[in-house]
Amino acid sequence: MSKYNFDYLDELEAEAIHILREVAGQFEKPALLFSGGKDSITLVRLAEKAFRPGKFPFPLVHIDTGHNFEETIDYRDRMVARLGERLIVGSVQQSIDEGKAVEQKGKNASRNALQTVTLLDTIEKHQFDACIGGARRDEEKARAKERIFSVRDEFGQWDPKRQRPELWNIYNGKIHKGENVRVFPISNWTELDVWNYIRRENIELPSIYFAHDRDVITRNGQLMAASPFVNMDEEDVVERKKVRFRTVGDISCTAAIASEADQIDDIIAEISQSKISERGARMDDKVSEAAMEDRKKGGYF
Amino acid sequence: MNILKFFTAGSVDDGKSTLIGRLLYDTDSILADQLEAIQNANRKNDDGTVDLAILTDGLRAEREQGITIDVAYKYFQTDKRKFIIADTPGHIQYTRNMVTGASTANLAIILVDARNGVVEQTIRHSYLVSLLGIKHVVVAVNKMDMVDYSETVFDAITQKYKSLAEELKLQDITYIPVSALKGDNIVHQSERMAWYSGDSLLHFLEQVDTDVQEKSEKARLPVQWVIRPQTDELHDYRGYAGRVVSGTFKVNDKITVLPSGASSTISKIEFFDKELDEASSGQSVTIHLATDVDISRGDTIVNSSALPQESKLIEADLCWMDTKALDTSITYLLQHNSKVTKVKIADVVYKVDINTLEKHAADEFKLNDIGRVVLKTADTLALDLYHENKANGSAILIDSRTNLTVGATMFRALAD
Repeated sequence: MSKYNFDYLDELEAEAIHILREVAGQFEKPALLFSGGKDSITLVRLAEKAFRPGKFPFPLVHIDTGHNFEETIDYRDRMVARLGERLIVGSVQQSIDEGKAVEQKGKNASRNALQTVTLLDTIEKHQFDACIGGARRDEEKARAKERIFSVRDEFGQWDPKRQRPELWNIYNGKIHKGENVRVFPISNWTELDVWNYIRRENIELPSIYFAHDRDVITRNGQLMAASPFVNMDEEDVVERKKVRFRTVGDISCTAAIASEADQIDDIIAEISQSKISERGARMDDKVSEAAMEDRKKGGYF
Repeated sequence: MNILKFFTAGSVDDGKSTLIGRLLYDTDSILADQLEAIQNANRKNDDGTVDLAILTDGLRAEREQGITIDVAYKYFQTDKRKFIIADTPGHIQYTRNMVTGASTANLAIILVDARNGVVEQTIRHSYLVSLLGIKHVVVAVNKMDMVDYSETVFDAITQKYKSLAEELKLQDITYIPVSALKGDNIVHQSERMAWYSGDSLLHFLEQVDTDVQEKSEKARLPVQWVIRPQTDELHDYRGYAGRVVSGTFKVNDKITVLPSGASSTISKIEFFDKELDEASSGQSVTIHLATDVDISRGDTIVNSSALPQESKLIEADLCWMDTKALDTSITYLLQHNSKVTKVKIADVVYKVDINTLEKHAADEFKLNDIGRVVLKTADTLALDLYHENKANGSAILIDSRTNLTVGATMFRALAD
């Protein structure tokens, strides 16, 4: 009999596919939250593996801050065209225009927090009962305690003290009307696992993940893209540097790192040696030790 | 490279979070900004060193109280293995969290405080390990620095534990003397315990053979989803999607679909763009059958030569997980793989005092209680017993009034 070789990436992949199929089987109106970042791109590949040659049993939903890297939007549109799946865009700009969200002021203003308003609105409008997201437990310590099926109340809130026990590989997706579940199929993956998987599967990524020349400013010790969406003043010095991004978020709160890594092998080598976690490049996490916990309680991804 | 999932059992004062923190710290798994956050935190050890326990205490209430409330999952890897740690609280009021963390583990680390030896909670933790059927156990005798790294103390604890292990029928046990605080025998071999010639904890975790797990050979695939594209080109395509929970399916195998009992032959096994000759335990695949059979989510495809048991009346061990006590007069939901059916608790056979292991009659079942019950299900279940096949021998109970997961059950026998 041939030796059956099932390595750690196969195991993580099989687990994620199992979770995606549980979503399809247990919910009426699920959605896959697609940010254009590497984690949600990985989710899309996993969904192809779970459901092809059939259609996805859910649309892709992009919560668009309006403060995007052009490369991400371009990537998103090409990907959706290739997949032939439905894309729903929830617009933060629209939430602001309708007065539901208020633009932050000041130098470090970002639309990151406003996404929650648009996300909850989009969930309500489309009556989604499950939202699949690419969050991982290794990202942040409040995430380390989140379930794979994470129930949110009518207001999108996460209550860490009322989490359901999650045993074996059995996921309880039963909810009351108005509630919804956030589902995290790659909970058990690390950043390095995601990169190794992307390399193995030969998955295309938006170009901003790879080293490129860009105008940046240095703020609070971090490199930020010089863009019309970042509030700049005369103290800010624009420099052209070779950088890449480790996460893809709102352009106004996602820091770049100086890097020469323009190939996936170089990126994996760089991450393996890196001493800074990927959320270390997220200004939104720096606010306090409980920053992520508080945002999740408020309905954040 | 494969994955080892382990969980740690120990209580507030045993230094469990410190042990995990030490494993992460000494394997260079803590990144600079995370370390900076810890160093900035207002909690230090008495000698001024960083309190590594903060690494796993993720929630604000936990940091405030200096305890672990919920299950926290931590990840690290060496060049030999990827590790997933379920860090669970040890106090009796968090038994349900420990059961949760233990349910997916290949290995358990039971922490014993060298100063106190085998105590009530050691018995409780070991009982849970045997209940959940974890095959590999490491007894980490911690705080060796507080007993002058004494071999005599270590030997006495080892002897004491052996009789407990015998009573609980625990088999593969490894004893390691450690100091999580000082780093002895966690990642690096300790020079302060020359009398100990075994592996450091990490070295042991790196090489323990998880394939020895008594995985059932009987092929089972609970159907999660039926793939039917219904396009012109794929008009007749009908694939049964699911994860093989045990055994191996091969093309041309004769299979039976339960509960209907219909049989057929596997015509094709697909995985995305590949066709496979076979699919084994752990793989998520799509199966095609040679004949038209009515199959939907909740059905189980099994190898016809190794049929599971079928019953509506099952003796099971139950761990109650809800603050609202078990009510034997109401109907709950039971979720067994992809199948959900109504269930009543027909009888409470006994409850176990998990500190003393004594069984006694009981008519109530409250949060964290564990014991033997008889489940009466509305639909017939195609099941295996837990000790033969964890995945097909376990289920959760759901309270349909609250939708909460209120119980974990492990099938032990068919009831008459």
